[in-house]
Amino acid sequence: MEYPSSLIEEAVNQISRLPGIGKKTALRLALHLLKQDELETTSLTAALAKLRKDTRYCSTCHVISHTTDCTCKTIKTDLSTICVVEDTPDVMAIQNTGQYHGMFHVLGGVISPIDGIGPDDVHIDTLVKRISASNGEIKEVILAISPTMEGDTTAFYITKKLKGLSVKISTIARGIPIGGELEYTDEVTLGRSIISRRDYHQD
Amino acid sequence: MYLEKLTLTNFKNYEQVAVSFNPKINCILGLNGAGKTNLLDAIYYLTFTKSAINSIDSQNIRHSENMSALVGSFIGEEELMVSCGLRTKQKKIFKVNKVELDKMSDHIGAMPLVMISPDDTGIIKEGSDARRKFVDGTLCQINKAYLNNLMQYNHQLKQRNNLLKNWPHGKPPDKDLFAAYDDQLCKLSKMIYQVRLNFMESYKPFFLAHYEDISSHKESVDLIYQSGVSIENYEKLFKENLQKDMLLQRTTMGVHRDDFILRMDDFLMKKIGSQGQQKSMVIAMKLSQFDYLKSKTGKTPLLLMDDIFDKLDDLRIEKLIKLINGEEFGQVFITDARPDRSQMLLEKYSMTANSYLVDKGQVTAI
Ligand SMILES: [Zn+2]
Repeated sequence: MEYPSSLIEEAVNQISRLPGIGKKTALRLALHLLKQDELETTSLTAALAKLRKDTRYCSTCHVISHTTDCTCKTIKTDLSTICVVEDTPDVMAIQNTGQYHGMFHVLGGVISPIDGIGPDDVHIDTLVKRISASNGEIKEVILAISPTMEGDTTAFYITKKLKGLSVKISTIARGIPIGGELEYTDEVTLGRSIISRRDYHQD
Repeated sequence: MYLEKLTLTNFKNYEQVAVSFNPKINCILGLNGAGKTNLLDAIYYLTFTKSAINSIDSQNIRHSENMSALVGSFIGEEELMVSCGLRTKQKKIFKVNKVELDKMSDHIGAMPLVMISPDDTGIIKEGSDARRKFVDGTLCQINKAYLNNLMQYNHQLKQRNNLLKNWPHGKPPDKDLFAAYDDQLCKLSKMIYQVRLNFMESYKPFFLAHYEDISSHKESVDLIYQSGVSIENYEKLFKENLQKDMLLQRTTMGVHRDDFILRMDDFLMKKIGSQGQQKSMVIAMKLSQFDYLKSKTGKTPLLLMDDIFDKLDDLRIEKLIKLINGEEFGQVFITDARPDRSQMLLEKYSMTANSYLVDKGQVTAI
């Protein structure tokens, strides 16, 4: 496509690198920004720069927060259960159900050697340390990882790593798409599947 | 079920053709390179959602065009309008009765099909993967769960092999991580093994009967399923193989190593079979694939025979013609570069057939 200026072209190229945005949409967004007040664009770029610069991950649960210490330690939660999820949006989805009051642990991904992601690239070691350091206070680990092949492998691996620690391991009902498909999961269904979670079996 | 009408737009060497077919026998005649095989490949496309020859969709679009369309009207208990749209740099769109398919695999097996082509002797001559491909290609047409298990198995195998390949030299293996793959692979292996074993039980009698019928030789043939899964303590041995696997950087046990051994008088077919015997054997394998699919689905598969007369002597050609002309067979497509031979055979057996001449990208009924 021919663009009216190289400035537009550069903007389109950058915007279209975002997931789900093609060149046509990127051009529409760029032209939209040009039509608006200049302040709108500078606020946007400032917010994005700040997002990138100031975002921290809690060193305990790996949820996105302002500091490396989030509310996971201070807020009044059920300290006996910990829910293991792939990413921060999953935490939000599960919190929104209002059915879960325990702690979270964000893995930051699932194990997939063909994508170059090994066990050391996801936060499994901190999960094991967290549980063993709780001296028995954490009694149940809920695996809420998506039911893909990589999710299964990761769940299996985690249970192997938790062997020897006296925690109960459970999993939420299969077929509940979480992680990446949040918008399709209604809160009622997700909430119900957390209540009706069952013991994890390595069959 | 039979293909009543086929319309091609910018598919391979065809710019625009529309052909109506005979529900029984169709002879597609023309010089070598005229595009006879491409016509059969279009039919294959509509049943398997991909080409039998070139698996890269965009390369099946006519040269210097950017889109291609294939439409087939199939008549059976229900009428099926199957269409496939190909575009360069885009996902293909496959529709059945105007409803787009979510997954291509949903369509596989809806219309069983058997294709016999000159390259088939690879099943005998090549490595075990050619034979597994043949067996899997048959099973996937009738068993969705099998197709699904096989896809999962191949995916997890790829993961495990990748792990083996990239494991840092000298670092002891993470036993728990390998256990995660080993458990899943062993579980899937057992399910795949069981289906292949059951397949052999029903398939083998068809095969032995067809070989005896089609071959004029006195030799005895056999087909034996060989799988590491059948051995005792399979799962234990699989896991004990880790050291060896690390060294070789690939998984050395599992159903991806299965073989279907073809024997003649207690020798390996690929070692001693003559060309004629090998051809008879391949045709027997395909005809029994036909019988097997028919017995499992209750549907009569379409039969595509690409350029096979050249490879057979007159006696075997006549046997084959008599067979496909019988009631057991449904719609058949035959390509031949020698019109005189086909015409003679059609007349001799007073067959209900249509003939077509393929020339310069046109298909004309004659
Ligand atoms: Zn935290």
